[in-house]
Amino acid sequence: MSHPLIAARNLTVRHGETTVLHNVDLRVEAGEIVTIVGPNGSGKSTLIAALLGGVRPTTGGVERAGGLRIGYVPQRLVLDPTLPMTVERFLGLPRRISSARAREALERAGVPEIGGRQMAALSGGQFQRALLARAILEAPQLLILDEATAGLDQPGSAAFYERIAEVRRDTGCGVLMVSHDLHVVMSASDRVICLNGHVCCEGTPEVVAAAPDYRRLFGAGTRGALALYRHHHDHGHDHPHHHHHHDQPQDAAE
Amino acid sequence: MILDDFMTRATLAGIGTGLAAAPLGCFVVWRRMAYFGDATAHAAILGVALSLALSLPVFIGTLVVALMMATIVALISGRGYAMDTLLGVMAHSALAFGLVGVTFLDGVRIDLMAYLFGDILSVSRADLAVVWGGALLVLALIGWRWSALLTATLNPDLARASGIDPKREQLVLTLALAVVVAVAIKVVGVLLITALLIIPAATVRPFASTPERMGLLAALVAMVSAWAGLHASYALDTPTGPTIVCVTALLFSASTVASGLRRAA
Repeated sequence: MSHPLIAARNLTVRHGETTVLHNVDLRVEAGEIVTIVGPNGSGKSTLIAALLGGVRPTTGGVERAGGLRIGYVPQRLVLDPTLPMTVERFLGLPRRISSARAREALERAGVPEIGGRQMAALSGGQFQRALLARAILEAPQLLILDEATAGLDQPGSAAFYERIAEVRRDTGCGVLMVSHDLHVVMSASDRVICLNGHVCCEGTPEVVAAAPDYRRLFGAGTRGALALYRHHHDHGHDHPHHHHHHDQPQDAAE
Repeated sequence: MILDDFMTRATLAGIGTGLAAAPLGCFVVWRRMAYFGDATAHAAILGVALSLALSLPVFIGTLVVALMMATIVALISGRGYAMDTLLGVMAHSALAFGLVGVTFLDGVRIDLMAYLFGDILSVSRADLAVVWGGALLVLALIGWRWSALLTATLNPDLARASGIDPKREQLVLTLALAVVVAVAIKVVGVLLITALLIIPAATVRPFASTPERMGLLAALVAMVSAWAGLHASYALDTPTGPTIVCVTALLFSASTVASGLRRAA
């Protein structure tokens, strides 16, 4: 077995009386795309924070490969309105880069013209691309994306994931993603981990989509995660709570 | 010798304080730490009382109390009280205990007003050395940690992913803040220190496109305010510390109007 870039072993995190994560095991190796899915409050963000070192495990621990370079794209980055920040300056945090390199990074991210603009003036899609451009600037061995496409429309997030797959292909980095866009994300992943305080099930997207635990969490409908919008037609009768959603087409997006 | 003139010493003290306070003030504004700055400054009065009781230099006493204040707030935060409640309790308690404590000091007749509102015209050569020593220390600290501080200010997780410990950066800011308070107490007094931190930064925000430019412009505004305020107070025979803050406030108003006009145009 090859050496993982990052691994959580028996990771348990408690906040006071509440156990947020219970005995979570996870590993990401070079070149693979691993996606964490789970309902709200399932501990996804806590898991990412623990991997980055911002949350201390109650028991268990996180192991990183020595000198691991991480590129991180947060779920949201709220800039205080009092903080002026051009895109180019943002790319050079924390290590300054030349204008030429900033421009090149933005070109690769598909937004070559935004270097001189204020971060606060960008559209949602441009903002996420700027975040991605910064994350991949220093050739990370591991890319961590926490709901990086939240707020993007469907074509926007599809294009974003395509870009991630390209980065993985070009650099061979490992990718760990957290996402709500089940249908897009699962098809783009090598391995899916379904989280609900603990690891319910994991495996290839097909295996997870068929797993009873996964179907209990997301409803049988999302078995169609790999086949967008077929959702309504093969909605099973094993999930009565879902019935009232039948007439609501936006259900497919979840 | 040029330093024999009290106006020259006062001008240099004001410029030194502004130079250190303004770039730090940018972080205070970006990180919404204004109340934290206020609390640290108010606590300094307790430091003054302790210094006088123990016959220590006022700089040392205020520095120690400001640091203790910041540490205690950091330790007990997140335990049930909102941060502003906690800071309010700590700041005003320290201020009150300091004011009461001073009255117990036998044989020492001190002018409390001098510590509350500053006494820049009585700055000695030794005071000047402390002001500039402290100012250069703060500038060096902020300059050294600048990029890490900025990254941690943007987002703690973003900083951690780049190998930066946000807690350590917070500590750097706390330390710098304590030094600025200890330095500025002689210049504007504890009640107006936060003004020197925040108003220059807020004044230049509309005209800055990068954090670096904002820090430089804020330092410029602070230095000009110190110089102009000093001379205005001399000409008008008004208290110096408050006059300096008034000048900054006028510059802030002008900047707000100017940026409003520019946006409307």
